[in-house]
Amino acid sequence: MAAPILTYIMPHIPLPDHLPGITGLLEYRLDTAMPIRELTQILLRGESTLTQGERELIAALVSSRNCTNFCNAAHTKAADLLLGEDQTAAAVKADIETAPISEKMKALLQIAAQTQKSGRAVTSEAVDRAHTAGATDREIHDTVLIAALFCLYNKYVDGMATVTPTDPAYYDTLGDRIVNRGYNRPPGGYPAPQK
Amino acid sequence: MPHIDFVPGLPGIRGPMAFSPETARPLNDLVNVLLRSNATHPDSTLSEGERELIGTYVSSRNDCFFCQTIHGAVASHHLGDTDWSLIQSVKQDYIHADISEKLKALLTIAGSVQQGGKHVTTDQIDKARAEGATDRDIHDTILIAAAFCMFNRYVDGLDTRAPENPELYRYRAQKVAEYGYTHEDHYMPPA
Repeated sequence: MAAPILTYIMPHIPLPDHLPGITGLLEYRLDTAMPIRELTQILLRGESTLTQGERELIAALVSSRNCTNFCNAAHTKAADLLLGEDQTAAAVKADIETAPISEKMKALLQIAAQTQKSGRAVTSEAVDRAHTAGATDREIHDTVLIAALFCLYNKYVDGMATVTPTDPAYYDTLGDRIVNRGYNRPPGGYPAPQK
Repeated sequence: MPHIDFVPGLPGIRGPMAFSPETARPLNDLVNVLLRSNATHPDSTLSEGERELIGTYVSSRNDCFFCQTIHGAVASHHLGDTDWSLIQSVKQDYIHADISEKLKALLTIAGSVQQGGKHVTTDQIDKARAEGATDRDIHDTILIAAAFCMFNRYVDGLDTRAPENPELYRYRAQKVAEYGYTHEDHYMPPA
């Protein structure tokens, strides 16, 4: 019997086989990974008047708009776990205005959506709406920087053609990890499983 | 007016960085490692000037005045481009600019990242390799381009203000070359 013809999607440079998506990139280059991890930990897990779930919604929305399936699946899962349900993240990604969230979150997510397109696409009207709905300067700052950071992640992950697992169970594990352990590198990193 | 209340008078990214020093630290760490320390790694063939040029090109594609001007000034400082004509030619038409074929191939990859990560093709990667780019150069080009897509959005998304006077950028570029990216504001020459 002839061997089946398989098309492998390969990253543009050799990365650890057992670490798909962003994880392999962050392990490939620990020096650049450290500030990226620190920034993410501060923005998504640090002290804030936005809940961790709300901040994960920003990450999921931007990743969805950039069509980066790996980040979209991971941060949607994280938002679902933090919010305790899986309706809100899906609704936000489908239509911010009809999603079951506060007016302030709608305004902030619109700013994030504009930031995803371009920094220059963020309008004074969108910022005014957020201020009127009670958003602080700090919340607006963090929203723009989270959206900008996920544009970095999405372009990094897709630009390097990293592997995107298709098994939903993978994202259950990953979502659980970023909710319960955060974005810092675990001590010892991610050793390859024993063959 | 910027979108949020910054200390007045700070140029470009210095406004949000002063507003949020805890996030400024890893942001500065990232550019220092990516644009500076990595230039001297044995597997890197990209100089500091070439790395700055990639950042400048992406910032220009994103139409970010502050980032393209300051990083253009730093690139020019490293590359001996005193009248900024090389930087200008790269922004306008890098294929015909006076730079190496390898750098042109890497700028093509950076331009794809600016449009969207999935725009990077295997052909573009193969071309860069054929011109002598290492895996590390390819990685760094993609991450520099992605990082500037973040920085440009941070700067313009908050509607920061940037000085027009080129001399301030020249002065700052000299300080960046000397000290790296730090919290110190070196935009204004001492009176």
